[in-house]
Amino acid sequence: MSERVPVLRIGDVLLVSIQVDLDDQTVLNLQEDLAQQIVDQGARGVVIDITAVEIVDSFVGRMLATIAAISRMLDAETVVVGMRPAVAITLVELGLSLGGVRTALNLEKGLALLRRSGRSERT
Amino acid sequence: MTQQDAFPGMVKLLTADGQELATGWVDRVAGSLKGRISRNELDRELTELYTALVEALRDGVADAHADGMSEVRALLTELSRNRARQGFSPTETAISVFALKHVLEPVLQDGSDQDIRAYLRLGRLLDDLGLFTIETYSRTREEIISSQADQLLELSTPVIKLWDGVIAVPLVGTLDSARTQVVMEKLLQALVDTGSEQAIIDITGVPAVDTQVAQHLLKTIVAARLMGAECTVSGIRPQIAQTIVALGIEFGDIVTKASLADALRLALKKSGVEITRGGGVGR
Amino acid sequence: MNVPWAADDEPQTQPVVMNDDVVRVRQFARGLSQRCKLSLVDQTKFITAASELARNTLVYGGGGSCTAGLVRGRGRLGVAAVFEDFGPGIPDIELAMTDGWTSGGGLGLGLSGARRLVDEFALDTEAGRGTKVTVIKWAR
Repeated sequence: MSERVPVLRIGDVLLVSIQVDLDDQTVLNLQEDLAQQIVDQGARGVVIDITAVEIVDSFVGRMLATIAAISRMLDAETVVVGMRPAVAITLVELGLSLGGVRTALNLEKGLALLRRSGRSERT
Repeated sequence: MTQQDAFPGMVKLLTADGQELATGWVDRVAGSLKGRISRNELDRELTELYTALVEALRDGVADAHADGMSEVRALLTELSRNRARQGFSPTETAISVFALKHVLEPVLQDGSDQDIRAYLRLGRLLDDLGLFTIETYSRTREEIISSQADQLLELSTPVIKLWDGVIAVPLVGTLDSARTQVVMEKLLQALVDTGSEQAIIDITGVPAVDTQVAQHLLKTIVAARLMGAECTVSGIRPQIAQTIVALGIEFGDIVTKASLADALRLALKKSGVEITRGGGVGR
Repeated sequence: MNVPWAADDEPQTQPVVMNDDVVRVRQFARGLSQRCKLSLVDQTKFITAASELARNTLVYGGGGSCTAGLVRGRGRLGVAAVFEDFGPGIPDIELAMTDGWTSGGGLGLGLSGARRLVDEFALDTEAGRGTKVTVIKWAR
């Protein structure tokens, strides 16, 4: 039994806020849901908020990179926001650089980043 | 003679001329401490210790580490900790216990066989208790040293806000791996707390770095990037640049600037702040 | 590697046979590392390592178990976790420990990455007999 992470829509940006300890199946579901929603909603940007996430292992790290790559292909830009210092240090030690994933310190800065790169209508 | 028979003997030894013994004991200890602890204070400490020791022996306990000796150990712990904090030497601490052996020595000259056996048994106990004070003393000293090291670390690694959205850590002194790690964690946390997207690590005051320290710096910069912030390293001395290159550490696309001022200028530019010279002269 | 389990704290064993178990191992590792008073960064590193190894046990070992608890050594407290499976084992350890090498569809960072996240790491494996990975993180 895997839960689904809710995907919210604000304007042309999809917002995912991860609040639970994700099992691998939930991670894969999220990846699928997002790809579908980007197309369905015509989204230009995706913000994944991981402020509440205590652990990002290689599986979740790969999911973030994959979502970024998929959304780019679907003409949307992904920003991962709110990564904790301990998580960042651990990812570096693990050897994951999340190449191709844009990041911002918090949700506000993440939305601003999308706006700046012309990915959101409120320019 | 069995172990048990020694107890009345030991108690007798200690209590036979109680007051005189206690005074002699305090005298000896006071002499060695050269008045750096008041006689009243010493009198109180040793009387308590004496009472607890006799009590334990009356109960048939002569093992320094037994439960029945816990009161004695508690008193000795307090004594040793105080001495360590007040800057006394280990000898000056342990003398409080060993002096009692000295004071009891006359027994050896004209005591009965039983007295002598009791003295030897008591001597063994006092040796153990003496060692216990030294252990406690050095443990206290270690605690003091480690808390001072922590304080020093805390003092020597400030994260300062230079501008809205720009923070800096000026590093001064030799960096070891542990310190670098602490600084770096503090820096990353400060990025979150202040919402700063620009960080400057200034190493003007760092005389040298080794591979590990350079690696930690590098990892922090990558970690900051993962969090959505940018780091600039400023003030790299020529020797350090040589080390980094010689060690083959890939500094890759990390932005470096000669001085903190240059780094600040870059950080401000990146955060969209424009600097113009004032002074009323129009351009 | 002989694990110096703390005498006053029995290690506990958890099955690692389903997807959910990986999450459970993480929570288990979190509880332990908090009890051991690891720093926040060290907690995160240990839990992440446990997560990687649990997934390895599940995906490559075909399921197994995780035994974890507090350890004591040289006057320090630490946390240890032992992951055991009876799967195909690892024929070439050196290759398996290389960054980016994978026999499955992963990133190939599980073993090599987990090793960098902990203080002590031991890999015991034999082709056809299974794999046992032991990791320890000491409190500073």
